[in-house]
Amino acid sequence: MLVLLGVLLVIVGFAIRLNPLIVVTVSGIVTALLGGLSPVQILDAFGTGFASSRSVTIFVIVLPVIGIIERFGLQEQAKRLISRLARLTVGRVLASYLFIRQITAAVGLNSIGGHAQTVRPLVFPMAEGAALRRYGTVPDSIKEKIKGHSAAADNVGVFFGEDVFVAVGSILLITTFVDTTYHLHLDPLQLAVWAIPTALCALLIHGFRLFRLDRKLDREIRELEAAEGINVVTAGEPA
Amino acid sequence: MIKVEAVYWLIGILFIAWAFLIARDPSHPKRWGSSAFWGLLGLCFFFGTWVQAGQAPGWVLGIAVLVLVVLASTGLLGDGKARTTTGPEREKFAECFGNKLFIPALTLPVVTVILVLLAPVLKIGGAPLIDPANVTLVALGIAAIVAAVVALLILRPKNPLTPVFEGRRILESIGWAALLPQMLSTLGILFTKAGVGTAVGTLAKSVLPDGSLIAAVLVYCVGMFIFTALMGNAFAAFPIMTAAVGWPVLVQGFHGQPPIVFAIGMLAGFCGTLCTPMAANFNLVPSALLEMRNKYGVIKAQIPTAIPLLGANVALMYFLAF
Repeated sequence: MLVLLGVLLVIVGFAIRLNPLIVVTVSGIVTALLGGLSPVQILDAFGTGFASSRSVTIFVIVLPVIGIIERFGLQEQAKRLISRLARLTVGRVLASYLFIRQITAAVGLNSIGGHAQTVRPLVFPMAEGAALRRYGTVPDSIKEKIKGHSAAADNVGVFFGEDVFVAVGSILLITTFVDTTYHLHLDPLQLAVWAIPTALCALLIHGFRLFRLDRKLDREIRELEAAEGINVVTAGEPA
Repeated sequence: MIKVEAVYWLIGILFIAWAFLIARDPSHPKRWGSSAFWGLLGLCFFFGTWVQAGQAPGWVLGIAVLVLVVLASTGLLGDGKARTTTGPEREKFAECFGNKLFIPALTLPVVTVILVLLAPVLKIGGAPLIDPANVTLVALGIAAIVAAVVALLILRPKNPLTPVFEGRRILESIGWAALLPQMLSTLGILFTKAGVGTAVGTLAKSVLPDGSLIAAVLVYCVGMFIFTALMGNAFAAFPIMTAAVGWPVLVQGFHGQPPIVFAIGMLAGFCGTLCTPMAANFNLVPSALLEMRNKYGVIKAQIPTAIPLLGANVALMYFLAF
């Protein structure tokens, strides 16, 4: 039971924002000492662990091709495509972005989106613009919600898209761990295929919530107007 | 026969090439530390071949790994911000190449899948071309080379080494975090050796009713969710919950199909990532970037998706894996 202190160390280390490499290394050493391993055995475990988990770092092999297409405007082209969504409602802008983000992550194009790359400069302004067209004005509480949902669409899309691509760390971590520990021989592609049902569920659940978001915002706007006793002219179609 | 070690050597060559480029860059703020880090990492990829085969002592590689951690965490590693095109230049290129830019990127998964499907019939002198033990990884390595060539043919940069230069730019912007997944994987193996999984398994067994499959699936998925939320990433949670419940109870006890149990178990963990401030890059950094008043606003938007999705994972595992 004492070895569980190692887990606690990881939790505390990450919580106080130490460099994660240090947290992982130190808690690994402490846990191994508590588990009765000798220093040489620990070094040996680090070495063999590293050697057997080299596949987790295989993403490096796609950096040259991603790098060159970025040099020639991959992200700019992706932005041009996404900006065509600008005529939609808030919920639909975000649902479309979720879909695009998930599909592109599933073919290994993680890098075309992200909070700094697309959410802040593109997705949120488009969603806010959609709200502005519909309601004429965007109160702070609504803006805050749209911001949260813009970032959420990116996270959900990439988390539940990337696992369908074989060269992603989480898939290779599974194969490395179970192959080393239990002497199985799992193929990364099998695991990627079994990530598809969850990916579809994520798209359906989050997509459904985003489609309902428009009605939810309509209702909130009406409540705000009622509370303030003013009548903001709605610029979009009636809800 | 092309073995997976050839792919690791290609990665090793890339790391060493990048280390060389950094060493030749006098404007790099952390020139020598960075060059040493990536160069040593590249050598470790080669040396790992012999450690994996049991022909070299693991502790030597262990020391090298600890040196890497020290280099990375003492600020000796930096981003040299390799020269690339400017924003306006990229706009112009994007206008010129349009959707052709996606072709090299799509080449990657398409060639990988084709090679995996053809692997059983691809033979040279009766021996398989691709090592049957690691078809997907070898196929991916070949696909990466094909995609780079396709990119060169379509984009026609002045220097054919452009993919290597641009790869360095991305790698340096990732920095030490590039090593983190592999270190987390190593941590999982260490945890298991030290008996963390067994300890959690003993705890889990005390709450687990004997012989109930649905209870075991629930404990595995919800355990992944909770440990991931606590540690901020599913990578560290996976070995713990798998050694505790996933392997002994679900696979050995209930004869679940390993790929389904493990793939969905990991994704149950991802639901936890959506709910935790510990995953700062995904949940706190964007609320700062978007200047939100509530820094937990992103998590608030995600929880109503994460909980039903966790339920969906439990159901999928229960119905598909057994």
